[in-house]
Amino acid sequence: MSILVGRDTRLVVQGITGREGEFHTRASIAYGTNVVAGTRPGKGGQMAIDGTVPIFDTVAEAVKQAGANTSVIYIPASGAPDAVLEAVDAGVKTIVCITEGVPALDMISVVEVVRRAEARLIGPNCPGVTSPGRAKVGIIPASIHLPGRVGVVSRSGTLTYEAVQAMTDAGLGQSTCVGIGGDPIIGTTFLDVLRLFRDDPETDAIVLIGEIGGSAEEEAAAFAAEHLKGMPMAAFIAGRTAPPGRRMGHAGAIISGGSGTAAEKIAALEAAGVHVADSPTQLPRLLLEAGYRA
Amino acid sequence: MKIQEADAKSLMLAQGLPVPPWEVARTPDEVRAAANRFFAGGASRVVIKAQVLVGGRGKAGGVKLANTADEAREVGSRILGMDIKGITVRKVLVGAAADIVKEYYLGAIIDRAGRRIVLMASAEGGVEIEEVARQNPGAIHRVSADPELGLLAFQARGLGLAIGLRDPLLNAFVAIARGLFATMKTNDADLVEVNPLAVVSETDTDGRPRQHLVCLDAKITLDDSGLARHPGLEALRDLDEEDPTDAQARKLGINFIHLDGTIGCMVNGAGLAMTTMDLVKHFGGEPANFLDVGGGARHETVRGAMELILADPKVEAILVNIFGGITRGDEVAAGLIEARVQQSREVPMVVRIVGTNAAEAARLLEEAKFETAKSLDEAAEKAVALAKGAAR
Repeated sequence: MSILVGRDTRLVVQGITGREGEFHTRASIAYGTNVVAGTRPGKGGQMAIDGTVPIFDTVAEAVKQAGANTSVIYIPASGAPDAVLEAVDAGVKTIVCITEGVPALDMISVVEVVRRAEARLIGPNCPGVTSPGRAKVGIIPASIHLPGRVGVVSRSGTLTYEAVQAMTDAGLGQSTCVGIGGDPIIGTTFLDVLRLFRDDPETDAIVLIGEIGGSAEEEAAAFAAEHLKGMPMAAFIAGRTAPPGRRMGHAGAIISGGSGTAAEKIAALEAAGVHVADSPTQLPRLLLEAGYRA
Repeated sequence: MKIQEADAKSLMLAQGLPVPPWEVARTPDEVRAAANRFFAGGASRVVIKAQVLVGGRGKAGGVKLANTADEAREVGSRILGMDIKGITVRKVLVGAAADIVKEYYLGAIIDRAGRRIVLMASAEGGVEIEEVARQNPGAIHRVSADPELGLLAFQARGLGLAIGLRDPLLNAFVAIARGLFATMKTNDADLVEVNPLAVVSETDTDGRPRQHLVCLDAKITLDDSGLARHPGLEALRDLDEEDPTDAQARKLGINFIHLDGTIGCMVNGAGLAMTTMDLVKHFGGEPANFLDVGGGARHETVRGAMELILADPKVEAILVNIFGGITRGDEVAAGLIEARVQQSREVPMVVRIVGTNAAEAARLLEEAKFETAKSLDEAAEKAVALAKGAAR
């Protein structure tokens, strides 16, 4: 078992005929992901990816006719919120939105609809989810992975690759790698993923990659202190030297009672017993120091 | 995108919020002319406020009162041209000075954790809200708007009651709070603040003093991702306050922030870009910039980004760190090679490219005799050594 995606994933790609959609669908298929359908309104009935994947006009048809249970969205920002809502309406329960540049206020109502439908949205503005050796949904490069038992969760894209590569180089495989996205409003938070890892019998350790702004890392630290005792955990926080005020609205930080700095996040994580690295390359060593044995 | 007070007031006025009249002046003579109009309209004093996108302008002497039009001109001449946190004041707002009875704070922001728009209010207005949050967090009251129905009247009323407002000001407050919420939604803002929201005393037509709630200041930050569907708002971007490199970076579609160090950085992805800066610092160097070339950068973008880095005369070494996913390593290598042919000055550089098409990139870089690195730590350490060598 893994979390979110795995061997039972039946993927529909929303926007399969676009440049990114087609490119990354090929990579997902090459990795062994079960891609059962694509959507592109107006091209229903045709085939994509060298005649191997049926195209449907709607997600509802992809669900009904191809049995899709998971969706990935490669649709430009102006259409992405609608794409998520269409997937929810079609009964898809796991939706991964890669698209960046979606207005934050749109996501407030979208996330609410997702929540009411008891579906799960990953992203937007995220690299996706990979369960090494099983399924790859999104744009995380296949080459960096090694199957194993460490769960990785991150707000960042390429920084995730860096961390995962370092672990693979050290022989520490991953159960699932989840990029939750860096936008202010996202469907799945650190807390949600930490809960899933806690309940996953195949995840024995956790790596968390955070960055400055907001208070998600502090919330993760509080959760770890209470619910992840005995689970070896290492973290890295980007932005120790970032100039203040450029990424985060200060009033946005007030709501959480902190200012979103790296120092505060690191302190909160360390107080919760999480080992915090100075560089992503130190993460494997810190996991071992925390007691993890591959 | 931050916008100026005067523009923020226009957006609030459009949603029916009570904003007293103002004028924007760019010269001392314009200040005097504007002041004259307010005195003719019955003002006993005028206020002159620097229009800059940084906080703390009051403390810096950028907000002053004047009793006559000549005094306003003189005050205006001092504020215009003033330097506030590195920004030269190019325009001021002129308005009638209000007779303030009490000041409140009211703001609408995005609550990331709750995934809602939250309205915050405090009876401790007119001071920095961050200060209130630190000293007396209990004085800040909050309410979360419904994701579909918006800010409901009873919610706004509860907020008004919590900060001590009673009729008839309470009803005015409800309308203002809902107008603030509407301003946020209509413009895709991620922050809308009124500080102070003031109770002012004004003489009514019947000659009696009456109290009103008015928005004396206005601050709005727009969501960059929302700008595409509000074409009119792009015009509110204050190019006067932009570093010239900002506009160039925007044109290239890259995220660039100028810093004070000597090591120019080019990275793909914001998190990795910050990490690269952190490691430069960790090894004893100082980053000259934050630069995220974005996902899938083409060689033209890489060339343009290199020009931006080199435009900073303080740059003594360059660190390129690319972890290809969507971005193709050979595309970046080609851009670097093109840039080196054209670049105006010779700066030592270390390049690390891994991920998608890294092998092709390595071949190109080796042929062109670039200094390369395998790991991020090694790249950062080498760049710091190169910068120190250049300084000597």
